[in-house]
Amino acid sequence: MPDPNDMSQRAATIAVLVENEAGVLARVIGLFSGRGYNIDSLTVAPVDAEGRLSRITIVTSGTEMVIEQIKAQLDRLVPVHKVADLTLEGPHLNRELALIKVVGSGSARQEALRLADAFRARVVDATIESFVFEMTGSSEKLDAFINLMRPIGLVEVSRTGAVAIARGTASLSV
Amino acid sequence: MSAANLPAASDTQIMTGAEIVLRALKEQGVEVIFGYPGGAVLPIYDAIFQQNAIRHILVRHEQAAVHAAEGYARSTGKVGCVLVTSGPGATNAVTGLVDALMDSIPVVCLTGQVPTHLIGNDAFQEADTTGITRPATKHNYLVKRMEDLARTVHDAFYVARSGRPGPVVIDLPKDILIGKGRYAPPPTQEHRSYRPQTEPDMAQIRKAVRLLKEARRPVVYSGGGVINAGPEASELLAKFVRMAGLPCTNTLMGLGAFPASDPQFLGMLGMHGTYEANLAMHGCDVMFNIGARFDDRVTGRLNAFAPDAVKIHADIDPSSINKNVKVEVPIVGDAASVLRALIAAWEDDDARQDREAMAAWWRQIDAWRETKCLRYVQEGSLIKPQHAVKRLYELTLETGRETFITTEVGQHQMWAAQYFGFEKPNRWMTSGGLGTMGYGLPAAMGVQVAHPDALVIDIAGEASILMNIQEMATLAQYRLPVKVFILNNQYMGMVRQWQELLHGGRYSESYSEALPDFVKLAESFHGVGMRAESADDLDRVIREMIAIDRPVIVDVAVDPKENVFPMIPSGAAHNEMLLASGQIAGGAGVTDEGTALV
Repeated sequence: MPDPNDMSQRAATIAVLVENEAGVLARVIGLFSGRGYNIDSLTVAPVDAEGRLSRITIVTSGTEMVIEQIKAQLDRLVPVHKVADLTLEGPHLNRELALIKVVGSGSARQEALRLADAFRARVVDATIESFVFEMTGSSEKLDAFINLMRPIGLVEVSRTGAVAIARGTASLSV
Repeated sequence: MSAANLPAASDTQIMTGAEIVLRALKEQGVEVIFGYPGGAVLPIYDAIFQQNAIRHILVRHEQAAVHAAEGYARSTGKVGCVLVTSGPGATNAVTGLVDALMDSIPVVCLTGQVPTHLIGNDAFQEADTTGITRPATKHNYLVKRMEDLARTVHDAFYVARSGRPGPVVIDLPKDILIGKGRYAPPPTQEHRSYRPQTEPDMAQIRKAVRLLKEARRPVVYSGGGVINAGPEASELLAKFVRMAGLPCTNTLMGLGAFPASDPQFLGMLGMHGTYEANLAMHGCDVMFNIGARFDDRVTGRLNAFAPDAVKIHADIDPSSINKNVKVEVPIVGDAASVLRALIAAWEDDDARQDREAMAAWWRQIDAWRETKCLRYVQEGSLIKPQHAVKRLYELTLETGRETFITTEVGQHQMWAAQYFGFEKPNRWMTSGGLGTMGYGLPAAMGVQVAHPDALVIDIAGEASILMNIQEMATLAQYRLPVKVFILNNQYMGMVRQWQELLHGGRYSESYSEALPDFVKLAESFHGVGMRAESADDLDRVIREMIAIDRPVIVDVAVDPKENVFPMIPSGAAHNEMLLASGQIAGGAGVTDEGTALV
C-alpha cells in the first residue's frame, strides 16, 4: 500500500480501459481540468476487435493522495471499465513515437544524421535541406534526442504521448 | 431463453420515439414528471396527452422542475424525473442538476434537442447540452440512433440510482422522438462498465469493530449516505449506535438518520453544529464516519481536525475516501450493508468495551451539553428566529401529522437544522452541498406531490424565497397545500452575518430593499397570506397555517440582528467556536487565512 502521508510528488502512468463512446475523452479531460490535476500526456485509441473498447494512457504527477484521488475519480466515471496505475503495479514498458523535423546544411546536417543513427531514429523524409526523423522509445529517450537536435536545426516536433503496458503475463482487460 | 424472458408481443410493435420514452419511464416506475414544454419536446408532450399512467406537473421554471424532482426523490427514495426543452430549457435546469450532483440525489432529466442533422449548426434553441451538463451530472447521454433509445432510458435510471446516486441527463433530438422504432425492456444482464461495490470488505469491518470496541472516546458521524441507503439503513444506524452506546452526530444532509430525541444524539456538527458535537469530534480517539464526506463545512481547519482520532470511513464512493481527510480504516460499501455487517461483527467480537472510559466520556459530553449552546432568550414582542422555528416544530409535533421540512439557503436553514427535530429519515430536504437559494419552495412542491396528505413546510428567508417564487402558481394549479414559513429579517441574513463578523459591519448589498407584501403576494397566487409581527401572534399564526388546506405564505417578522450560533469561523478548528456574539470558546477568532475561505 502506498503511504497516504507522503507529501512528495511522483509521476504516474495510468492506463484506463473505457467504452469507446462519444464524449468519453471529454469526461476524462474534464475531470482533470475540473479538479485541477496535471496531464503530462494523454493518448487514446480503440484496442479491441469490435472497436467497443478504447484504452487511454495518462501520464500525470501529484502526491500519493492526489494520485489515489485521480484513480478513484476515473474509476467512478460510468463508461470506465478498469483503471491501472502502471507505475505502482510493477515493471512496465513505456513508449512514445515522435516525428522530428530538422532543417540545415553542411556539418549540422551531417551531425543530425550521425546522432539519429546513434539513437536509432529513422529518416522518413529528406530534402536537400531537411530531414524528418521517426523515433520510438521512452519519453525520456525522445526528450534526450530532441534536446540534442535543438542547436542543430530542430524546427518542428510532433509526439504521440506515451503508451504503456505492464511486463509479464498480467493483462488489463474487461 | 425461457418464455418468461421473451419480450411480449407488444414489445416488438413499432412506435414513435416519444412513445418509447414514456413506456420506458413507466417501466422504470415513474409516476410523476416535473416539466415545462417547448418546441423540441413537443412529441413527448403529445404522447403524455394521450396517456394517463404518468402524471405531469407543469412547473413555472426549469430550475424548479429539477428541485421538485429532488424533493420528490428525497422524500420517497425513488428516482425523480424531469422533462425540459432544448436550449434555455436545458440551461435553466443546470443549477438543479448541480444541486442534485452535490447532494447525491437520483434524478433523470430528459432534455429536448434540435434534430440530429441540425446539431452543431447553432439552430434555434440549440445548446450543447451534453457538453454543458457533463460536469453537472453523474452521467449524460445524447441519443443519436433510434435503436439506442429504450436502452439509454433504462441505463439512465440504473446509473441515477446505483452506487452514489446522482442526476443523469438524456438529450433527445426531435427527429428521434418523432421517428419510429421498437421498444426494448430493461436489460437483464449487468451494466457493461458501471458496477459499484455495495458489500463491504469483512476484514475492514472487523478492524473497525475492534477499534470502536477498544475506543475510550468514540464518536459516530453520519451523513446523507445513510439516508440514501434507504430507511433500513437509518434503523440499523440507530440499532448499532444504541447497542454500542456511542455518541452520534449527523451532518446537515444526514439529519433524521438518527432520532433527534435520542439521548445519544449530539445534534448536528460542523460550522453551525452544536458545541457538544464539535468538541466530541475534536476530542474523540476513534471516529466512525458513515456516509459523510468530510466536507469543509464539517471539518473546519483540516490540520486541526480531530487530531487524536483514528478514523474509520465507510462510503459507497471510493473517491470520497482519503479525499479531504486521511483515514486509517477505509470501508467501501452501501451504508445499510456496512451497518448490517458491523452489527454482526460487533456481536462476534469478544473484546469488551472499557465501561469506565465510556462513562467518563459521556460525563465529558454531558459537561459540554451544559453549555446549552442553542439557548436563546425570547423577550418582549420582537420574535427571535430561533423561537419561531422552535414553536413551528412544537406545534407541528402536536398535530401528530406526518411532517416534511424543506428550506432555502441561509440563516433560516441553519436555524431549521438546529431547532427542528427529525426523528425519521426522508423528512428533511435542504440544499447542502451547492447551497442553492430558491431550492425550498420547488422541493416542497415535489414532496407534496409525493405525499398529498402530509404537512409540507418550506422554512424560508425573505431573500431566498424570491428566487423561485413563481412556483406559487404551480402550487395553486395542482392544489398543493405547501406552507411557506418566511423568517423575514429584511436581510440576506447569512451574508449580513459574515459582513458583521468578517467585513467590519459594512453591509454591502445585503439589505432586502423593496420587499413585496407577502400577504398580497400569496393572495395574488390564489393562496393565503398571513403575517406574524409580535411574539404573541406567533402561535396563533402557526396553528392557522397548519389548519389551512391551501398554499400559505406566513411572513414572520423576526429580529433582523440575530446571528446563527454556535459558529466555527472559516479556517478555525472545532474547538474554536463562537458561542454568541463576542463569546469565543477556546482560542482565536477569524484569521486572515480564514477570511479568504468561503
